Amino acid sequence: MVPGLAARFLDVMTQRKRATPSSQRQHGVSALQEDEDDIPFTQPSTSQVQKALENVTPAQLDHKASEVVQYFLVKQQKKIPVRRADLVKHVVKEYRNIFPEIMKSASKTLDQVFGLKLVEIDNKNHLYILISKLENVDGPHTSVSSPKVGLLFVILSVIFMKGGVVRENVIWNTLKKLRVDPGEKHAEFGDVKRLVTDEFVRQRYLECVRIPHTEPVEHEFHWGQRAELEVSKVKLLEFLGQLHDQDPQLWSQQFKEAHSSVNPPSS
Amino acid sequence: MMQGNMSQQLGNSHRRFLQTLMTCGSVDEPGARSLHQHCCETHNTQYVPDQLDNFINAINSKLQPLFMQIRKGMSEESGQQHYALVNMAETEVTRMSSDYTENELELFRKTIDLIVASDNGLALSTDILNSADTLTTKKLKKTETEQLLKRLVQDKWLCEKQGEYTLSTRCIIEMEPYIRTMYPEQVKVCHICHNIVFQCQTCENPVCGVKIHFPCVAKYFRGRSVRRCPACDDAWEHEVPGTVFYLFLSSTSVLKVYMTLKC
Repeated sequence: MVPGLAARFLDVMTQRKRATPSSQRQHGVSALQEDEDDIPFTQPSTSQVQKALENVTPAQLDHKASEVVQYFLVKQQKKIPVRRADLVKHVVKEYRNIFPEIMKSASKTLDQVFGLKLVEIDNKNHLYILISKLENVDGPHTSVSSPKVGLLFVILSVIFMKGGVVRENVIWNTLKKLRVDPGEKHAEFGDVKRLVTDEFVRQRYLECVRIPHTEPVEHEFHWGQRAELEVSKVKLLEFLGQLHDQDPQLWSQQFKEAHSSVNPPSS
Repeated sequence: MMQGNMSQQLGNSHRRFLQTLMTCGSVDEPGARSLHQHCCETHNTQYVPDQLDNFINAINSKLQPLFMQIRKGMSEESGQQHYALVNMAETEVTRMSSDYTENELELFRKTIDLIVASDNGLALSTDILNSADTLTTKKLKKTETEQLLKRLVQDKWLCEKQGEYTLSTRCIIEMEPYIRTMYPEQVKVCHICHNIVFQCQTCENPVCGVKIHFPCVAKYFRGRSVRRCPACDDAWEHEVPGTVFYLFLSSTSVLKVYMTLKC
């Protein structure tokens, strides 16, 4: 981890502000760009599924479900969401009429064998991610200690403490104080701006939203859907409490929010 | 290996082991043992040392219908046994196919060509870049090739040192059947352990030419003052590698770093 990071981080915490509801929600910065020749897929009806199931052996269904599981696991390595359209086009193919059955089977396998939960994070564009049902615990070979995770953690903390949304310059200034300058190539992170606005956003850890009527264009950062599902706000507050030698309850607004929201998995 | 655990249900300790293995690509034997312990202790499951194989067998019985397995293979650098989660479905590069485009896969295959054909299991980056010009699918520019190689290293298919590329341990474990099928004439086997071999020492006798992994050389010649080829009895000219040091990277969490740096 960048030395002295924590020490500087202590300087950064200022007063809390409620989230501004004014900004439009768009995935401005990074729509997943895939190919255009997708055959549009609509969910088959229950009766269509039943009918199609009559022509499929259990072995065929299991085989397709296995392929879906493998596809998800590969994408999981990069934490990039899976588009339903891609899944149908590349894996499910001619079995599209039993898509719900295949998904049910794949979901069950991912849960029982890998402890991974299949979540649809976008009901309109039909995007799926996998999140671990196991709590993030420090141990040998865990990725908790990776520098990228540390950086992400700092950003998530700032956003959370400031009420759930911050303007991008707050993030850049915070990082600059920690000697991670988005304008320069960083020894560990490389192109920091790209890491934050592209990679973290694509992985759904952050959401980057355009603020309307700003010239030049400015953005706001929110927690992304993956962060909401994977990161425990309670734990984050506890950690910050230890860092600042303060009882987390003294951050009353954040404490309330952390304990009211649906908490991510515990083992 | 014992098959006694075919019906055993998986617990969260198994799942945590599996998730961690997937993230790391491969794990060496001491790492696997400590991970096994950590997983059992985290989920309050009884930890019995020396039961690692049974633990893994239980996982493998559930992975089998998915055409996946946790398999063991030796690292050509350290001589350590490594565990990796591999795809058993086909002999082709299936697991990669949803991650890489057709011409990227073609370049990866060409890199394997170079490695298999070489004497030392290494492919020079200049040779790989030249191959990019001869692709039949779609040519790759120099920068694209360099980025692709970087990704392949990041995704733990290749290892790079000083501009030379080798197959990672995980790659060898996963692709051994594929390589044996695709390169039946060229593929070489270590004279000592009989596993596929890339980085090795070769007997200097032109009539003999057997190949031995570096760690296998170290093991075979340990304690012997006179070194002769195990196949042809000629003097073994190469320097025998000394004791292998295991670089054990222990991870310190961000949290701990924050705590220790707290002022």
